Amino acid sequence: MSTVKHHVAHHFRDHNHEYESSKQGIWLFMCTEVLMFGAILVAFFYYQAMYPESWKEGAELLDWTKGAANTIVLLTSSLTMALAIYFIRVGKRQAAIMNLVITLICGCIFMGIKYMEYSHKFHMGIFPGKFFEYSAQTADLNLYVSFYFLLTGLHGIHVLLGMGLITWILIRIMRGHYGPEHWTGVEGVGIFWHLVDLVWIYLFPILYLI
Amino acid sequence: MGAAGSNYINHEKGLWSWLTTVDHKRIGLMYFITIMFFFLIGGIAALGIRLELFSTGKTIMDAATYNRFMTFHGAIMVFMVIVPGIPAILGNFFLPIQLGAQDVAFPKLNLLSWYVLMAGAAISVGSLIFGAVDTGWTFYTPYSIDTENGVIMMVVGVFVMGMSSVLTGLNFIVTTHKLRCPGMTMTKMPLFIWGLYSTSILQVLATPVVGITLLLLVTERTMGVGIFDPKLGGDPVLFQHFFWFYSHPAVYIMILPAMGIISEIITCYSRKTIFGYTAIAYSSLAIAGVSFFVWGHHMFVSGQSTAAGLIFSLLTMLVGVPTAIKTFNWVATMYKGSIRFDAPMLYAIGFLFVFTIGGVTGIMLATSGMDIHFHDTYFVVAHFHYVMVGGTLLALMGGLFYWFPKMFGRIASDTLGRWSFVFVFCGFNITFFPQFILGSMGMPRRYFDYIPEYETLNKISTMGSWAIALGFVIVLIAVIKGIRSGEKAGPNPWGAKTLEWTTDSPPIHENFKEIPTVTGGPYEYR
Repeated sequence: MSTVKHHVAHHFRDHNHEYESSKQGIWLFMCTEVLMFGAILVAFFYYQAMYPESWKEGAELLDWTKGAANTIVLLTSSLTMALAIYFIRVGKRQAAIMNLVITLICGCIFMGIKYMEYSHKFHMGIFPGKFFEYSAQTADLNLYVSFYFLLTGLHGIHVLLGMGLITWILIRIMRGHYGPEHWTGVEGVGIFWHLVDLVWIYLFPILYLI
Repeated sequence: MGAAGSNYINHEKGLWSWLTTVDHKRIGLMYFITIMFFFLIGGIAALGIRLELFSTGKTIMDAATYNRFMTFHGAIMVFMVIVPGIPAILGNFFLPIQLGAQDVAFPKLNLLSWYVLMAGAAISVGSLIFGAVDTGWTFYTPYSIDTENGVIMMVVGVFVMGMSSVLTGLNFIVTTHKLRCPGMTMTKMPLFIWGLYSTSILQVLATPVVGITLLLLVTERTMGVGIFDPKLGGDPVLFQHFFWFYSHPAVYIMILPAMGIISEIITCYSRKTIFGYTAIAYSSLAIAGVSFFVWGHHMFVSGQSTAAGLIFSLLTMLVGVPTAIKTFNWVATMYKGSIRFDAPMLYAIGFLFVFTIGGVTGIMLATSGMDIHFHDTYFVVAHFHYVMVGGTLLALMGGLFYWFPKMFGRIASDTLGRWSFVFVFCGFNITFFPQFILGSMGMPRRYFDYIPEYETLNKISTMGSWAIALGFVIVLIAVIKGIRSGEKAGPNPWGAKTLEWTTDSPPIHENFKEIPTVTGGPYEYR
């Protein structure tokens, strides 16, 4: 176990003060994410009530096995993320690095499966918006498809951002910036990653199952 | 600690030290300069609008140009001036000092939000290249889907500026919770902090919704996703719902910090403890809470159900309760106080007058039956200018003169301050009061022309706008003269009681020589 040199910013009393404040900031940021996704979901449910047949046809177009696989992948990644935070707090840096790498790999698998789903859709002519070419049975399937791409696309961007943040955290851990004395950044990224996971846990049943 | 005479302004030197500073006071000044610049541009657009409306027919510009001027005036004033205005300038400067803290919780994030605002502003103004936007600041669909391409950039710019707003709000909430000095409990905080705190909650919770709405509008234009496009099965009214879910709380984002400033000024210049501290503090939170459930009052004529209209109407009137609580408390504070009519106090009293008119006409508009008559007329324009200009801008000016000695170490001329008030206040009423009458006569808003019956009142209104402009020029002169040759200020020229007056003017880099400990309330005058 090596000691971590972390300089507490001058306006905080001590490290714990800084840690608690940073965490509150991250949680507030999570509130903004929830509201952002929340707004699109409101629109989604509104149109679902308006065009239930199109929504049914749309959900049947999606491959729920791929969605389920992705759910398992993301849930696993959340577990390893949580473990990484635990290990960094107790000073087991190698274990933390291992877990973060697994988290990253899970992120890659998720995006890989997403890529397969997207290319399959594109192959069938299911594009968002005005590029829609699929011969649908119901009139407003294009709206469902737009929502599908908007929601999963916005979520995918968040997965990629999360992966970028995890990479950044990994590098900092390797350079010895985090340890039992200071792990704020790791926990912050962890909270973000859990939120990305949580959003997917809602998106999967809403898009694929209902 | 720096040498004697060292303060935050001369702590470091050079432009680079300003552009890379994480000192909340310097960032506040940077906001001051940039937002005043935006205010100038938005103001010139406003004068252009009024000049066009001076007489019937084409006066100085054609209808298309007028629409662009109107949109630019609205978008600049809302997103670049009044929303960031008080929190970013005075909030940044005084929130940490009033709490006895050395900085905001996340100083680097604070600097970032300045750059994000600048980037957003640059993108918005850059949209001029792709054809100036003519949708009005509300970007209503479906028109905003079909009109000039500038809409995309304009809307992206507003999204980016929204991010800046979120970051500032987040920073202020954490600062308020975590960085209060020893003894500073939540109920000993100055009321300006309560105003900022309530505003920050709105910024964090409401802005993401308009952010995603505007992004949806961008995907609508670029990919034709159809969510707001009736041709593709979408519903343009949904855009209005989303837009006002943010933009109605946004008007409280604008007014709550202004109310905070009024509380500071009125106690100081009445030499009296605030009347009903707790009521004023919690009414800020109450306004913030209710504001999320009133957006439908913008949409009484959009085809929403009568039941929805009725509920929104009632909820909107509810806003009047905490607002009236504040107003009555301010008046009760002044009662039997030793009132001094310095420039800040004049602005505060002016605020009480015009804001009350703005508030009462707001209740008229909230009555859904009356709104059918007033909707989209100049009555609405007059109402929200009474709240935004008469409320937010008057408070900002009052706060500027009040805190000027603390910010710059010199006192701005009170004579110029009073004259600026006379012109701004009178000009404001001359400009906007006739618009109430015009609106009730049925003059629709946003048109570049009108029937001859409306001409006299429009002429009066336009002349009033010149008086406002003159008033703000006097403010500018007072600021420049004050900075260059104002009388040197001691730590506490007004004898005020909040913490920022216990430190040097201008404050040292660390704000306080030693962290203060608070034992009493913020307004212990008598």
